[in-house]
Amino acid sequence: MKKFTVVKGVLAPMDRANVDTDLIIPKQFLKSIQRSGFGPNLFDALRYTDMGEPGQDCSNRPLNPDFSLNQARYRNASILLSRENFGCGSSREHAPWALEDYGFRCVIASSFADIFYNNCFKNGILPVALDASLIDSLFSAVDAEEGYQLTVDLERQLVVKPDGEEIAFEVDAFRKHCLLNGLDEIGLTLQSADAIKKYEQQWREKSPWLFDVIH
Amino acid sequence: MAAQTLYDKLWQSHLVEQREDGTALIYIDRHLIHEVTSPQAFEGLRLAGRTPWRKDANLAVPDHNVPTERQERLGGVAGIADPISRLQVQTLDDNCSDFDIVEFQINDPRQGIVHVVGPEQGATLPGMTVVCGDSHTSTHGALGSLAHGIGTSEVEHVLVTQCLLQRKMKNMMVRIDGELQNGVTAKDVVLAVIGEIGTAGGTGYAIEFGGQVIRDMSIEGRMTVCNMSIEAGARMGMVAVDQTTLDYVKGRTYAPSGEQWNAAETVWRTLHSDDDAQFDSTVVLEGAQIKPQVTWGTSPEMVLPVDGEIPTPADIENSSQKEATERALVYMGLEGGSKVSDIRPDKVFIGSCTNSRIEDLRSAAKVVRGKHIAASIKEALVVPGSGEIKRQAESEGLDKIFTAAGFLWREPGCSMCLAMNADKLLEGEHCASTSNRNFEGRQGFGGRTHLVSPAMAAAAAVAGHFVDVRDWNYEGE
Repeated sequence: MKKFTVVKGVLAPMDRANVDTDLIIPKQFLKSIQRSGFGPNLFDALRYTDMGEPGQDCSNRPLNPDFSLNQARYRNASILLSRENFGCGSSREHAPWALEDYGFRCVIASSFADIFYNNCFKNGILPVALDASLIDSLFSAVDAEEGYQLTVDLERQLVVKPDGEEIAFEVDAFRKHCLLNGLDEIGLTLQSADAIKKYEQQWREKSPWLFDVIH
Repeated sequence: MAAQTLYDKLWQSHLVEQREDGTALIYIDRHLIHEVTSPQAFEGLRLAGRTPWRKDANLAVPDHNVPTERQERLGGVAGIADPISRLQVQTLDDNCSDFDIVEFQINDPRQGIVHVVGPEQGATLPGMTVVCGDSHTSTHGALGSLAHGIGTSEVEHVLVTQCLLQRKMKNMMVRIDGELQNGVTAKDVVLAVIGEIGTAGGTGYAIEFGGQVIRDMSIEGRMTVCNMSIEAGARMGMVAVDQTTLDYVKGRTYAPSGEQWNAAETVWRTLHSDDDAQFDSTVVLEGAQIKPQVTWGTSPEMVLPVDGEIPTPADIENSSQKEATERALVYMGLEGGSKVSDIRPDKVFIGSCTNSRIEDLRSAAKVVRGKHIAASIKEALVVPGSGEIKRQAESEGLDKIFTAAGFLWREPGCSMCLAMNADKLLEGEHCASTSNRNFEGRQGFGGRTHLVSPAMAAAAAVAGHFVDVRDWNYEGE
C-alpha cells in the first residue's frame, strides 16, 4: 500500500451530501477483475454526458462542463471536499480504487459512511472528517480562490490552509500507523497466528457445528 | 457480569485479541463470496503466495452478473452474452477451483442471491460472525448472527487470516411496538425507520431490531428489515433468537442435527439482549402508525407514506436538504407538492436480496391473482432469490399467476436491483422496485427507482400508478 505522510495539492469541491459509492463508480465498471484503471470512470454519470461502458476509451467522450472536476481550475486536484455521509451505500472497494486511480489521496467531508471510511485506509487514501462549519468555510475558500491548495499532514493530524491556519483532525492510532508506513495489514494480523489458532481450537470445541460442514 | 446486548455477546464470543489502541481481532465463522468483489482478493493471495486459512468457512455463489433470461441462462457461464460479465463469473469458478472453495455455480439448483442462499442452506446460523464483500450482508443478522459487509481488502484479509481487525460499534435499539396494519410489511417497517433516522442515522452503530412487531415477524420479514440496516447507515442489523429462529433453522442442509442441534439450541437460546442491557441510542416506532411506504427521491431516506405529498423545496429551511431535494426532484422528473399516488411506473421489479423470498412472492402473487398489469407498464419482472425459491413458487403455482397477469418469470440472481446484467431501466423510466437503493443510476443510467414492498409493487403494476394496498380488492376474497 502507498504510504501517506504529507499531501499538498489542489482542493476540488463536490458540493453535495450523501455521495454514494454508486455515484463514485457506477456498477457497469465493477465487472472488471483488475484493481486499477477505474480513474477515467470516477463519477462517470456526472462527469460525462453519455452513458459509459467498461473498456471504453474515455478521452473522446462528451464532458459535462458543469461538473467541478472537468473545470481547468481543479485539474490535478489531489484532495476532494464534500459533505455529510460521503461514501454511503454499496461496500464496493472500487470506490476508493477509482478515487486513488484518478489521483485523489485525501477526502475531506463532514462525515463518512462506515464501510467506505474503512476501505480508504486500505488503499492509501486518508478520509478526514471535519465539523460542518469548517467544511462550509473550505467550500467558500475553494470557490473564491483559483488554485486553492491544502496541505494534509497525517503525522501531525493537521490540515494546513494556504495562510498557515491549521485545522486538527482525529484519526485512529492503528490506521494512522499503517497509513504512515504503508503497512500490509494481513502481514500484521498473521503475527497473531498463534492467538488465532488458540481461539479457533477452543471455539471448535465449544461450537463444533460451525466447523467442517461446508465441503 | 454487566448486562449485555446481543451485539455485546456476539462480539465477546468472537474476540481473539483485544489491543491497547482499541482495535480488536475478531474471528469470522462464515465468509460468503460472490463474483464482483472477490477477483482482486484472490489475485492478492496469488501475488503474495498465500492460501486460505480455513477453506470450509467459505461458500461462493455468482449472483450479480448472472443472466435471468431463461434461454441465455441455460447456456451456463459460456452462454453469458456480455463478455465482461462472462469473464467475471468464469473467474469466480476458476478461483474457487484453484483454492478449493465450495461454490454453487451458475446453474446449480442451489444457486441464488448470496444473502438468500446463506440462510436457506443453513450456511449462516445464529451466533455466527458472517461477512461478505457486499453491504447487504446485514441480512443474516435476522438469525441472531453478527453479519456485515466488507471491502475487497478485507475479503482477502478474511481469506488469509479468518479474522478481521475491528473496533467495537455502539449499540442502538430500534423497537417497533404493537402490531402492523393489514397490508403493511417488513419492507414498510424498515423504510419507515430509515425515514425516521435518516441514511446516516445508524452510522457507527450496530442496530438491534426488537419490539412486538419484530417478534411477530417471520424470519423472511426480519431478513428484509436487517437487509436495509445499511441504508440507515448501520453496517449490521440483528434480531434476537427466538422460537421462530429455531424453527426456521432446523432441518436446513448445513444446520446441526441430533445431539449437536441440542447443544447448539442451548447456546442459541442465550442470544438476546439481557433485560437490563444498556443501549447508546433507542428509537421507537409504533407499528400501527406505519403506512405502506414509497420512496420518491434518490436516497432511501426520501420516503413517504403512499398517501403522502412530495416535498416542495421552498418549504425546506436547511440549505443542504433543500438542495438535495431540488436535485432529486429534477433527477426523478417530479414536481414538489404532487401526490405519491400520481407516480406512474414504467417498469416493475420484484426481486433482490431485500424481497425475493417465498413470502414476498406469495404476497405479490396474492395481489395480482386474477388481474393483469396495466397497459402503461412496459415490463414487469419477478426474479426469485434462489433456485430453491423458484421451485417452491412453481410448486405453489405462483409462476402461473404472475405470467397470467403479464409478468415475466425469471431465473434467480440480483438482476435489476443493480442492473449489472441485462435487466435495467432506460433513461427516464420510473420503476416500482422491491430492491434496496434508489440512488441515481442504480437500476440503469438515468433510471428512476421507487422502493416499495412486494405487495405495493404488484398493486402498482396492476393499477399503473402507486396505490394503497391496504385498500386492495383481492380476487376471490
